[in-house]
Amino acid sequence: MNELMRNLLWLPPQASTLAPKIDNLHYFVITVTMAASILTGVLAFVFFFKYRERHAGQSTPIVLPSVKFEIAVIGVPLFFFLLWFVQGFQDYIWYTTPPKNTMDVYVMGKKWMWKFSYAGGGPNAIGTLHVPANRPVRLLMTSRDVLHSFYVPDFRVKQDVVPGRYTETWFEATMPGRYQIMCAEYCGTWHSQMWGEVVVMPGPEFDAWMVEQKAGLAERVDTAGDDGGDMRGSIVEYGKKIAMTEGCVRCHSLDGQPHIGPTWLDLYQRRETLESGEAVIADEAYLTDSMIDPRGKVVKGFKPIMPTYKGRLAAPEAAALVEFIKSLRSTSLENLPSKEATYDPAKPTQRR
Amino acid sequence: MSSSDEHAHSARHPHLAEHFETIQQQDYAARLGMWLFLGTEVLLFAGLFLGYTVYRHFYHATWHACSQALSLSLGATNTVILISSSLTVALAYWAVKVGKRNLALGLLAFTILCAIAFLCIKYVEYSHKFHVGELPGKWFRAEELMQYPAANMYFTIYFLATGLHAFHVIVGMSVLLWVAKGIWKGRYTPDYFVPVELGALYWHLVDLVWIFLFPLLYLI
Amino acid sequence: MTQQSQPSADSPAVYPAVNYLNADRGVKSWLLTLDHKRIGIMYFASVLVMFLVGGIFAMAVRLELLTPGPTIMGANTYNRMFTLHGIVMIFLFMIPAIPGVFGNFCMPLMLGAKDVAFPRLNLLSLYLYWTGAILAISAIIFGGIDTGWTFYPPYSTTTPMTAFPALVGIFILGFSSIVTGLNFIVTIHTLRAPGMTWMRMQLFVWAIYATSIIQVLATPVIGLTVMLAGIEKVAGFGLFDSAKGGDPVLFQHFFWFYSHPAVYIMVLPSMGVVSDAIAAVARKNVFGYQMIAYSSLGIAFVGFFAWGHHMFVSGQSPFDNGAFAVISMFVGVFTAIKVFNWVGTLYRGAIAINAMFVYICGFLFFVVFGGMTGIAVATISLDIHWHDTYFVVAHFHFIMVGAVIMGFLIAIHYWFPKMFGRMYHEGWAMVSASFIVLGFIATFIPQFLVGNAGMPRRYYMYPERFQAMNVASTAGSSLLAFGFIIIAIYLIYALVRGEIAGDNPWKSMGVEWQTTSPPDKHNFAKPVVITKDPHSYQKPGEEVEHVVI
Repeated sequence: MNELMRNLLWLPPQASTLAPKIDNLHYFVITVTMAASILTGVLAFVFFFKYRERHAGQSTPIVLPSVKFEIAVIGVPLFFFLLWFVQGFQDYIWYTTPPKNTMDVYVMGKKWMWKFSYAGGGPNAIGTLHVPANRPVRLLMTSRDVLHSFYVPDFRVKQDVVPGRYTETWFEATMPGRYQIMCAEYCGTWHSQMWGEVVVMPGPEFDAWMVEQKAGLAERVDTAGDDGGDMRGSIVEYGKKIAMTEGCVRCHSLDGQPHIGPTWLDLYQRRETLESGEAVIADEAYLTDSMIDPRGKVVKGFKPIMPTYKGRLAAPEAAALVEFIKSLRSTSLENLPSKEATYDPAKPTQRR
Repeated sequence: MSSSDEHAHSARHPHLAEHFETIQQQDYAARLGMWLFLGTEVLLFAGLFLGYTVYRHFYHATWHACSQALSLSLGATNTVILISSSLTVALAYWAVKVGKRNLALGLLAFTILCAIAFLCIKYVEYSHKFHVGELPGKWFRAEELMQYPAANMYFTIYFLATGLHAFHVIVGMSVLLWVAKGIWKGRYTPDYFVPVELGALYWHLVDLVWIFLFPLLYLI
Repeated sequence: MTQQSQPSADSPAVYPAVNYLNADRGVKSWLLTLDHKRIGIMYFASVLVMFLVGGIFAMAVRLELLTPGPTIMGANTYNRMFTLHGIVMIFLFMIPAIPGVFGNFCMPLMLGAKDVAFPRLNLLSLYLYWTGAILAISAIIFGGIDTGWTFYPPYSTTTPMTAFPALVGIFILGFSSIVTGLNFIVTIHTLRAPGMTWMRMQLFVWAIYATSIIQVLATPVIGLTVMLAGIEKVAGFGLFDSAKGGDPVLFQHFFWFYSHPAVYIMVLPSMGVVSDAIAAVARKNVFGYQMIAYSSLGIAFVGFFAWGHHMFVSGQSPFDNGAFAVISMFVGVFTAIKVFNWVGTLYRGAIAINAMFVYICGFLFFVVFGGMTGIAVATISLDIHWHDTYFVVAHFHFIMVGAVIMGFLIAIHYWFPKMFGRMYHEGWAMVSASFIVLGFIATFIPQFLVGNAGMPRRYYMYPERFQAMNVASTAGSSLLAFGFIIIAIYLIYALVRGEIAGDNPWKSMGVEWQTTSPPDKHNFAKPVVITKDPHSYQKPGEEVEHVVI
């Protein structure tokens, strides 16, 4: 029955735990809609013929609704509409409440591609998101430039992606396979080509794949994987310029020297320990986060004195800074955590 | 509607339009139309007030700091000027109703002078802001306020709201000038003064918008 | 005094030698007219031209979508095509059409008035419309707007395009709309003929009244919104730019606060047309007159609070989403009331079979299907899948074309004899009506399906699996276009060679039919006094059966 309705209505496969919920309500609503509209059209058509004018000057009765009729006419549609609202809202709350044990993925939309990075460490990717089947995955999404919308029809999942803030959605894929991601908020010339793919792998296969990917990461010496081979030299140059003009280099050295803030040399993907004791990988999400809310996740041993750049950096500028930071790699094979700061506001400063 | 019907009754009021039956009907229509128009003006400003509210909520500390950068004395002076002008325009309307033409003209002149004074003070405030860089969006460069996130947004709202208001002050002034011309030429008399009423109503709206803007921008 | 009387069946059809069309001659007499009927005719010509322009953009879009890849134009051109289709159709056709043409022409007649309350403002609204139209169309010539009619920042404010003329044009068009609405409200309040209480007004007047309230209250907000967007674009103020601390979603709130009530500005007048036309076609009282009248006001009021249902996946809080969803459900109920009452009006009527009947049947099917798919997308969880897909496109075209344009066509066919004193060829009218109804179904039902399949809106290229439905939709649209062409032909023919219609060819009880066709410049020969309920078809002294359901 489900398959029949799904095919009649041209719905895509139900590849997530959300999809059957949505589809079931969909069938209910659309069936009543079709029935009501066909009934209305047919009734009007029948009345036109049954009550056509038989002779010129034919008189007509005055037909009026009773109060009972008026109440029924208001009550019955309202009952259906509110019933659908209640079921829909329940499903919606379920949809906006991710379970506790999600695997988090940072998603970044920009014209005209999707970039993914795993919060718990793992390979960054453009356009393809590998996830395990039957495990909940939470997406923390932002945009680098304009509004986009992350849409996977087969999962029935959609969420707008907004510059300057994070939006969140989650899903649990039920069937291994490849599912198309499409952008669903107009974003310019190639909006209709801003596609991606979710690759759902059975759990053990995904775990194995992840281990393999992480092993490969330690050998990476360039950022080619993230930019698809395009070194984007100009964006790195741009980032360098911003670092100078915005004053970042006043506190962050570029050559490994300990200074007021953590050095940027080899910072990208460095494992840092925070004041809270928590460990974090300095990936794009962390770096961007630090620019917007610098007092949120301060590296242990450094003072919480970085000013916020929220409202002062355009999204492309922040992106360029991240690219610049990523380009600062030494030849050392180890990625050591930041050494302690040389600056204590209580003491008089030696430099500048 | 034949002309013989007209002469059968008392002569039509000289200002009565063809499609209205009585001058009372026409006056009522004029007032209703004006109040509807004032409603649209309220909705026009409503969006800016909403923007103010939203961004104040996002950036509470910034808002507080930036509002202190405004000159309270200049703002308060402007408020007194506008409230006085509302009084004089209402008195001018009364003066026309009772036939005191010269008094009406004098009061209207004072009202218009108040409007000019308001705009002059606004000019002083604006030029100070240009000087120190308290400007909207990408033009913002005020050093002391830079530490506050999105300080530029405060001035965006400030310039948009007071700018739109100042534009309405100019429009209101023009309306009052036009009404004064009508009184001067003897068009508006105790027999026909609805346009004066409508002009005064518009001026009251201009004043009312400022009465909301002043505390929101200068006092809190 | 002109009483409302049952028109006699056998008085010969007369075309008055002197009427509003020829009373004053010369271009200046038209361009400086204060006659609401002439202003209505000028609006008529203007909106038809705009409909043609918008329709050409639509055909361009549909042709491009015949193949999944590039077909006849590049990506940027396509993005401009759908943007301009939206802007032209919504601001230059749908919003001004029925109020500007039939509100202007018929509504004062229906009130028994000599003109609208402010005839000079009425002429001003026409000039504002022309100015706004020229500016918006100049955006086509200067090129570049590709944001969709919704103009969301940051894309709209950071991408180079010559948006300024279009934004100013829309601002000015907003003024035209406000002036029209203000004029109509005051007219209805102050210029009703003696004896015409509110409950004796025809339902078209109620619909125009509700529409005018929305026009007056909502349009200033879009005026402010385009002004803010323009300033941000030109002066870099950053109100909606996250880099400067702004919020792009705030723009969406501003935009939809107007644009949702705007859809009721578009649909309420067409519902009013249908109410009047059904009563005339069925020659019967309106079943549930008060319900229909109040439901128009209900839609106008509640419609102001539902705007957030366009923003369910924008990042809005769940609480807001829930509130907007439940309010949207209530708006739907008002339309349901109207549908029941329209069908009830047909019950036990004495219905004439003609082109209007074809359109009315189509209208009823489309308004229920379109309205209920609206309820469906208002169900938040379902909208997650449907938002910004062709399902939504199909839903709103069902209402905008299926309900509003059907209503516009019904209005044309109903009031053409009144405006021009001539009748069109009924046979061709029924043929083209059938093309329109069937063409419409063929165009937009496939779009529901391809939306279900996951095809997003505003897509220049699309995955191959969506092609079959796109081809079907384009094929349907050519049927639709063909229907419109036939209508244009027989109407133009009727203008010059049509049969004389006479005062009241439909034998309708509307007050506008109590004067000549075309009407005299001053509307009524003698002052109108109203003594009967509206849409009442009982002959004087006749024993009438009363039925209560």
